Amino acid sequence: MKHLLSINDLNESEAIAILDTATELARVSDAPMKKLPTLRGRTIVNLFAEDSTRTRISFEAAAKRLSADVINFSAKGSSVSKGESLKDTAQTLQAMGADAVIIRHQASGAAHRLATSKWMSGTVINAGDGTHEHPSQALLDAYTLRKHLMQGAKNLQGLHVAIVGDILHSRVARSNVLLLSKLGATVSVVAPPTLLPVGIESWNANVSYDFDELIPNVDAIMMLRVQSERMSELYFPNAREYSRYFGLNSDRVKRMKKESIIMHPGPMNRGLEITADVADSARSVIIEQVSNGVSVRMAILYTLLTGEGIESGALA
Amino acid sequence: MSVALTSADIARALTRISHEILERNGGSNNLVLLGIPTRGAHLAHRIGTIIQSIESKAVPVGTLDITLHRDDLRLRPPRALMPTKIPTAGIEGKDVVLIDDVFFSGRTIRAALDALGEIGRPRTVQLAVLVDRGHRELPIRADYVGKNLPTSLDQSVKVHLTEIDSVDEVLIGIAGNS
Repeated sequence: MKHLLSINDLNESEAIAILDTATELARVSDAPMKKLPTLRGRTIVNLFAEDSTRTRISFEAAAKRLSADVINFSAKGSSVSKGESLKDTAQTLQAMGADAVIIRHQASGAAHRLATSKWMSGTVINAGDGTHEHPSQALLDAYTLRKHLMQGAKNLQGLHVAIVGDILHSRVARSNVLLLSKLGATVSVVAPPTLLPVGIESWNANVSYDFDELIPNVDAIMMLRVQSERMSELYFPNAREYSRYFGLNSDRVKRMKKESIIMHPGPMNRGLEITADVADSARSVIIEQVSNGVSVRMAILYTLLTGEGIESGALA
Repeated sequence: MSVALTSADIARALTRISHEILERNGGSNNLVLLGIPTRGAHLAHRIGTIIQSIESKAVPVGTLDITLHRDDLRLRPPRALMPTKIPTAGIEGKDVVLIDDVFFSGRTIRAALDALGEIGRPRTVQLAVLVDRGHRELPIRADYVGKNLPTSLDQSVKVHLTEIDSVDEVLIGIAGNS
């Protein structure tokens, strides 16, 4: 495996191997000495054409803990804002000897284009492309679910996870549906019909419009951000009505299963899809998702950037 | 492949190594045993049990995964990481005995020394191995050797332990011909 562009690049055992590696790497984050020599001398570029806090910082922390050199590149303040194309940017990075490029881009398929175009030879990791996929987020969500709810089991067999909110614009939802179902979990997506993508029936997930009916049956609720910046039309009458039907508030939390957890990939619209008291409650693992993100991204970098001196499959 | 060490040979070698460790260190007071996964970890637990039965006192046993410190990470497919469990008392100022199954190029032990350096500063680091097959590529030697097994480079040495392989034995044969 050279690139991570989509969850479809992974089979079940490869996904589990990344989660297992992340479990071992998590102890590095707990150790007083948070650094390993594993990727010493390798250059990793964070190419972020779209705003990001968690993903960029988390990939940067992960790469630095493995001793790689990190170059941060954001569209604002670079020649991209002068109109430089992705091709020219990629060729510049290639000329500088980047071993891997972590790309966040507003266009769906940007990571795939970069990986298959021959503009550059390094590893490409998709850190979110438009409304398509965000595989590292799905892996860290699976890691968090496994750690909290699976008592040592390797996969997510038997779990029921609800993904609630703006499914239409969410790359997190798509990657999570693919990964969680691959790992044996049942996934239900909950949203107003206007916020479901065309072709949702072909996803490996149940579709529901009734959040309240689902709440007592699920082991985890993953709230999605309402992506106002991608909404050029009116998708729901007003914010209050959206919150009332699809927001997570303390009344709904009271009806959740005892051991169930609340997740959110961030950034949150407090008061819209999730109330502030719920986001900060004991059931919420939102902050923990962020710290797990570093371990999982270390595991991704380790898996993709070691062994690249050989042709894949040359050694058993 | 032919059998180089039988189950009884392995048991005798581990007993002797345990005694040698105690003799060299004047008892088990300051000892920490660290096995290198997978099979080194099992050997460490066995030696720990033998030392406990001799001294009637438990000795701290842990494991040290060295994968992330290897120098051949670019040359091989990614390896699964194994657990590192350092005994709660730590290794600071202790006499640490690293334990592995087969001693070959010495690169694993170099990586182990790097990994140890990040955890603390032991008073001494010693090395116990079940089989020394020669062909060192680094200036590293073992303090305790179960059996010196002269081999050629095209031979392979396989250690099987009951904990994972259902039998105790050391096999020697031509690589790829198992």
